[in-house]
Amino acid sequence: MCIFNYESGSRDNSPVFKRRSFIKTLIAFPLGLILASSPLSWANPPTSEVNTTGLAVTDDTVTVGILHSVTGTMAISETGSVQAEKLAIDQINAMGGVLGRKIEYIQEDGASDWPTFAEKSKKLLVNDKVASVFGCWTSASRKAVLPVFEQYNGMLYYPTFYEGLEQSPNVIYTGQEATQQIIAGIDWVVKEKGAKTFYLLGSDYIWPRTSNKIARKHIEKLGLKVVGEEYYPLGHTQFNSVINKIKLKKPDVIYAIVVGGSNVAFYKQLKAAGIDLTKEKPLLLTISVTEDEILGIGGENIEGAYAAMKYFQSLDNPNNQAFVQAFKDKWGKDIVIGDVTQAAYLGPWLWKAAVEKAGSFDIDKIRAASPGIELTTAPEGYVRIHENHHLWSKTRVGLAQKDGQYKVVYESEELIEPNPFPVGYQ
Amino acid sequence: MQQRSNIRFMSRQEVLGYIMLAVILLAIIPLSLDVFRLNLIGKYLTYAFVALGLVLCWGYGGILSLGQGVFFGLGGYCMAMFLKLEASDPESTKIQSTPGIPDFMDWNQITELPWWWEPFRQLPFALSAIVLLPTLFAFIIGVAMFKRRVGGVYFAIITQAIAAIMTILIIGQQGYTGGVNGITDLRTLLGWDIRSDSAKVILYYVCSAALFICLLLSQFIRYKKLGRILVAMRDREDRVRFSGYDVANFKIFVFCLSAMFSAIGGAMFTLQVGFMSPSFVGIVPSIEMVIYCAVGGRLSLLGAVYGTLLVNWAKTIFSETFPELWLFAMGALFIAVVMAFPNGLASLFKRYIEPKLPAWYSGKTMVSKAPIIEKDSSMETAHANALGSEENIGSSKSLAKPETAVTVAPRTDEKLEGGVYVD
Amino acid sequence: MFEEYSMAELTDILFMQGFAGLILFSVLVLMALGLAIIFGQMGVINMAHGEFMILGAYTTYLTSHIFETYLPALFDGYFFVAMALAFLVCFALGVLVEWGMIRFLFKRPLDTLLATWGLSLILQQSYRTVFGAREVGVTLPEWMMGSYSMTETIEVPINGIFVMVLTLFIASGVYFLMFRSLWGKQVRAVVQNRPMAGAVGIDTGKVDRYTFGIGCGIAGIAGSAFTMIGSTGPTSGQLYIVDTFLVVVFGGAQSLIGTIASAFTISQSQSTLEFFLSGSMAKVITLLIVVGILMLRPQGLFALKIRQ
Repeated sequence: MCIFNYESGSRDNSPVFKRRSFIKTLIAFPLGLILASSPLSWANPPTSEVNTTGLAVTDDTVTVGILHSVTGTMAISETGSVQAEKLAIDQINAMGGVLGRKIEYIQEDGASDWPTFAEKSKKLLVNDKVASVFGCWTSASRKAVLPVFEQYNGMLYYPTFYEGLEQSPNVIYTGQEATQQIIAGIDWVVKEKGAKTFYLLGSDYIWPRTSNKIARKHIEKLGLKVVGEEYYPLGHTQFNSVINKIKLKKPDVIYAIVVGGSNVAFYKQLKAAGIDLTKEKPLLLTISVTEDEILGIGGENIEGAYAAMKYFQSLDNPNNQAFVQAFKDKWGKDIVIGDVTQAAYLGPWLWKAAVEKAGSFDIDKIRAASPGIELTTAPEGYVRIHENHHLWSKTRVGLAQKDGQYKVVYESEELIEPNPFPVGYQ
Repeated sequence: MQQRSNIRFMSRQEVLGYIMLAVILLAIIPLSLDVFRLNLIGKYLTYAFVALGLVLCWGYGGILSLGQGVFFGLGGYCMAMFLKLEASDPESTKIQSTPGIPDFMDWNQITELPWWWEPFRQLPFALSAIVLLPTLFAFIIGVAMFKRRVGGVYFAIITQAIAAIMTILIIGQQGYTGGVNGITDLRTLLGWDIRSDSAKVILYYVCSAALFICLLLSQFIRYKKLGRILVAMRDREDRVRFSGYDVANFKIFVFCLSAMFSAIGGAMFTLQVGFMSPSFVGIVPSIEMVIYCAVGGRLSLLGAVYGTLLVNWAKTIFSETFPELWLFAMGALFIAVVMAFPNGLASLFKRYIEPKLPAWYSGKTMVSKAPIIEKDSSMETAHANALGSEENIGSSKSLAKPETAVTVAPRTDEKLEGGVYVD
Repeated sequence: MFEEYSMAELTDILFMQGFAGLILFSVLVLMALGLAIIFGQMGVINMAHGEFMILGAYTTYLTSHIFETYLPALFDGYFFVAMALAFLVCFALGVLVEWGMIRFLFKRPLDTLLATWGLSLILQQSYRTVFGAREVGVTLPEWMMGSYSMTETIEVPINGIFVMVLTLFIASGVYFLMFRSLWGKQVRAVVQNRPMAGAVGIDTGKVDRYTFGIGCGIAGIAGSAFTMIGSTGPTSGQLYIVDTFLVVVFGGAQSLIGTIASAFTISQSQSTLEFFLSGSMAKVITLLIVVGILMLRPQGLFALKIRQ
């Protein structure tokens, strides 16, 4: 077991950090005044009141769990989420914690192995009695832990954009479900770029397949044409054949949901085969490549591709600028932040808001309090929890730049309603 | 006739070893651990089935299969299919567009249950499928390979490729198999909630009991002539063949048996963990299971169980404390086991602990034997008894073969040929 | 499925598809050559082969950084330096591994498999500790990117040509080394009859060590070249391992010609199947064909007849 102190991850030696500490102190100062001037019972409601189900809550601490893969193939993707969650916890603590209690966390390694996720989630819930868990990345890991959370009544904040088709009372989905991500993106590409034909491509597992299914239905509803649909095993590294097929079919849009190491191979080979994404046709729209993935692919290989998701590091708003700055101060200036990292960052904040609204750490009360919770400080802008435990959020389209960042070229006007069981798209 | 004493079903140490294991598994562990940890141990024990199968086919038969995960997975999937069908009754799946079929099928626009899922509604069918399907699959692979004398490294690599094919197939056919997520959210077995604490305890005992049955079955095989032919074959395959035995048949048998054990382990895994996913079918888990067997001692049936428990326990502890170091430790363990103690824990025990144990442990029969026996008695029994002795004893009516030809090669050859190294 | 295309398009596609097959062929040969030397000549199953390739890739990554920072003028040519360095680094590690591990596992092929698997785990975690869990992006010189267009549809990827030329170069290098040099003669002598080779004065230990080192070095070059077409991350090496082994075994372990022939067969059937079927099914069917043929002909396509 490893209970990290919330400070253990900080880099106190960097001057930037000191500046941030100063800002933190500034923020904490008025809070501290309030705390100091008021009776303790006001600031810290008694533990017996806020915790009736025996969670790991003491008079001045509350323990939560972080459950991601630190080892194995998924460590590549999940590292960012861990960093974001730790940052959020640090910031919440600097502001005085939750109900006057500092957040401590227990980090467990899912090791990219789904039974390990189930095992560790059970440990967190049963042995450590954590008040909530921030974690999981792949759908497979979420599916593996879901029965555990439902059985032991835990609360999971799940950050990844995913295929939908799920709505658990024990999960808050802080990423987008498929329709939020897909429909707005396709609408945009049809309206703005006049796209008529699509070639769907993906890694062979549930998320790309379900997403492409939704995409296909939507494309066909719009009266347009899907000229090809293709799946490759996870980890596949040779895409020349499919690239030839794409050349033969000449689609307006390559709709690519390739993941992991295959991503790198796909984009490099696409470029090498002379398909220039910076030209208007074919253009490439993806929902699987965040800034994190571009690090491996290389900005010059994916320049000109479009991505549809809810967050890009380059978003121009004060919330995001503060978030990016804090993230870089804590984890290094070269770090990039992708969509999922931001969604993971929302987890602790949404939980804090729910706890404070409920006035209790009890899972049932948090669940009751969660729908309708708003976060105006989210880096992506305003978000709100829907009754179905997903987030209302905007969808944006970004244009990949050579430096590995996206330039936001479109943002949906309204918040898009999450619809995990889309009628007519199944 | 005096050799008869060598081929007893179990030596005194083995009897004590089994009792010891029984005490640990059935009394000490359940009494000292909470249900959560007990369930973990139960999960580890399911891997021990695979390790046990590997002792038989690798340690004794000399066939290294890097695709045992395939059989583990097949067994697990058969069990999961039954449980999933039970969990998907029309009532609890009424929000689906087609109620009454597993949720993942519904997500993949499948509107009726595929015909080959249908029989899995019956528990007896599912149970027999768990045992028979993987065995049949192993039989087909075995016949195709061993009849053509594919062995050793080639066999290992081909089984690896089979594991890769299975993984891609299961993930690719997600409408029928649940894809990369696997078959999840299994709740009840004939109405009995397998997720409750009491069920976990009961399943743990069922799993331990099944493991003991498999252990005793293996012990029995080792004690019969079959076990000794296996050893002879591993050490000098051509000599066994020249003496008229059909080597391939023995290999096929032991490979099928190990597949069956793995499948039982897989089914127990599904019951205890509550889901099955393709991540157990691939190459990495298959190789990991080989290491459980190697750590315990590839010649020791009991060692397989201890090795599995130890490695997994270490894995859990390590990954809770130093997740980053786990792969280093695992890698070092692989190398150390192969280089420093190829016969695993069992040989360390024989060498360092057994001599220190009181005399009653080794018993009188051991006194007459040379010290080498202490190093590795399981090896020794199998060895000393190989073939010839049994035929001397009387069952030579139909198998009258020239005894000299089947004599196992002298000990000194061991280091060069067998893939087994005494100490 | 062809009726909708014109004849010219079909010819173009045929050409492109053939070329894609050739690239895949070169990739497979490059992956498999190092392994073929080690497995075929020494009987050692090097499960860490993929990790050696990734070591080459990381070396390339580091070299590109050094050139970018200190020698930006020479950046266009850094790739050749990187490949040479990748060879040297992997060769050195290979020699070290042989000296520290493999030589003790002599004649225990299945055990080398386990030990090198352990080594691969350690290497993976080392990469993760040193370079981080994320994949790194290797910047390539501008001239290696893009393609050369022959007609409107036919475009030949430059990195594909590069891989093909490199493969040709390495393969002929290996051929001369194995069949035209004194050292190659020694290696073959050791393979055919180890005690006798020792008796006539060949230092078999040294031969083994350099054989293993060269095999690893070639893996390093392959890894370096694959930064052009694949990913570079701690676990990327595992993507290659099954394919590589199948190529070697399918070809017949001790025959380099066999390795090349099997790479050709596998690559052509895979790229043809991929064109007609979906990617996943093409992969499954290719593997099934290979396994099926291996069951019928366990010694592989080309078996070297030697006295066991």
